[in-house]
Amino acid sequence: MTLQITEVCVNCWACVDVCPNEAIYADRPHLLIDDAKCTECLGDHAEPQCAAICPIECAIVGELGDPLNPPGSLTGIPPATLAELGLLAAGGR
Amino acid sequence: MELPVISNAPAEKSGGCSASGCGSAPEALAHLPEDIRRKVQDHPCYSEEAHHHFARMHVAVAPACNIQCHYCNRKYDCANESRPGVVSELLDPEQAVRKVLAVAAAIPQMSVLGIAGPGDALANPRRTFATFRALAEKAPDLKLCLSTNGLMLPQYVDEIARHNIDHVTITINCLDAEIGARIYPWIYWQNCRLRGVEAARILIGQQQKGLEMLAARGILVKVNSVLIPGVNDAHLPEVSRTVKAKGAFLHNVMPLIAEAGHGTWYGLTGQRSPSAAELQALQDACAGDMAMMRHCRQCRADAVGLLGEDRGAEFTLDRIDAMDIDYAAAMARREEVRAALLGRLAAARTPAVTEAVTAAARPVLMAVAAKNGVVGEHFGHAREFLVYEASPAGVRFIGHRQAARYCGGADRCGDGDAAPESILERTIAALAGCEAVLCAKVGIEPWGRLEAAGIAPNGEHALEPIEDAVRAVYAEMAAAGKLAQAAAERKVA
Repeated sequence: MTLQITEVCVNCWACVDVCPNEAIYADRPHLLIDDAKCTECLGDHAEPQCAAICPIECAIVGELGDPLNPPGSLTGIPPATLAELGLLAAGGR
Repeated sequence: MELPVISNAPAEKSGGCSASGCGSAPEALAHLPEDIRRKVQDHPCYSEEAHHHFARMHVAVAPACNIQCHYCNRKYDCANESRPGVVSELLDPEQAVRKVLAVAAAIPQMSVLGIAGPGDALANPRRTFATFRALAEKAPDLKLCLSTNGLMLPQYVDEIARHNIDHVTITINCLDAEIGARIYPWIYWQNCRLRGVEAARILIGQQQKGLEMLAARGILVKVNSVLIPGVNDAHLPEVSRTVKAKGAFLHNVMPLIAEAGHGTWYGLTGQRSPSAAELQALQDACAGDMAMMRHCRQCRADAVGLLGEDRGAEFTLDRIDAMDIDYAAAMARREEVRAALLGRLAAARTPAVTEAVTAAARPVLMAVAAKNGVVGEHFGHAREFLVYEASPAGVRFIGHRQAARYCGGADRCGDGDAAPESILERTIAALAGCEAVLCAKVGIEPWGRLEAAGIAPNGEHALEPIEDAVRAVYAEMAAAGKLAQAAAERKVA
């Protein structure tokens, strides 16, 4: 049970500082989550902290590649508009 | 770390323009107690007068942010961008300290080091305070300042005081949570992402509490507000009154920057930016309540140099590693330069008296292509113009206008071949409302176009101190009978 970071990550480090398990580490081209350490914050917080602070839609995904912050959920910009502008993230890995 | 990120807080500090005294500077801060004036006299972001001479830099050690603003897109990364929050190279505290010491050795006019992002300084407390701690030890002459959205401010006020940070900028766009909900889609608060009016109420409460706590400790607070037409424009005079009452010493109202190409919510939903005239009107409306800042250049979170210029590219990490620096000598040199500049500024303060102009004459806006405090730039080379208002009361600095501003979005990014024609058109449009443009030289083509647009080109005062030149042109207009006409009639006449 672990979360993953996708290629739309902008390396802002916000998740690194709030992860209770110190599971997130710097890598290229973007930060990664250590499978062995991630608990999805179960027992620590009501919601996974990386996903609670991440500003980028679709950057944090679950095991099946499902985005915790789907398109439009953070910026309020409708997915259709994002798609039109070619700004829509792929979603999965 | 190598982060191309973007930020939230509309920057506050900014970059180098070009005049010697932006008119109103000394008067704008004249009501302040002597000890505060002494503190800001060499701070380019706080003193209009100082910003022509003293340099600042921002180090990008704070990438994370804990709120989202509708004018910010964290994904944006572009070398041609100059918006707040955009950086090319993220630094860790150790790299930041090396960079600061190298810049302060190369630019002895440097007086201020700020942390303004690219995220929020206080959303990255370890990196921010580690940088300040090392610099307080290694370059104790530099003034330290930070800028924040205020969410975590109350929690860190004591630490700010402990690090001898004597200037803090808080971005406060509203006091009303309903308005806040139209500016901030979410905040990260106590391990949860909160949205809507509830989130805005918490953010606003933290900002106000932080402001009061800083003021109680004698730390100077400047408030930044982003003017968003139709959202908070009517509300900002109240913001100005309130933050003044709580102890802020300066209010900086900045124009929203919103273009679809930036990928921000405002940019994509058609929210417009204010015109220069709207910005000026609002700054004037707030000016009755407190000192307004008009020289902000909304600079990047890694800006280096005078406000309005950015020498960041000279100080990349590889270049710094190749430099051989005598830190002690550099600090001594800074002290000499500082003393000389302050002496020159004190000597140059002249009363603004306009002779030969009747009291009934109307005020006139003039644009100046300035360099180092004089009318020193060629029209076609000017990246920005300083705008002054001349009136029977004297000459005052109003603001600056960009010649060819931010990049136009991905499709035009990096394209240096924009038609000169359209650049000239944009520049002339940016000078709307001005009746003259003073510069060292003007080419024939722009000369004709300027005249046709009702803006008189003037190269007669090349290399004269700005205010003297503006005053002289105003007197010439008076002598020619042009000041009796209403501004609206002048084009037809």
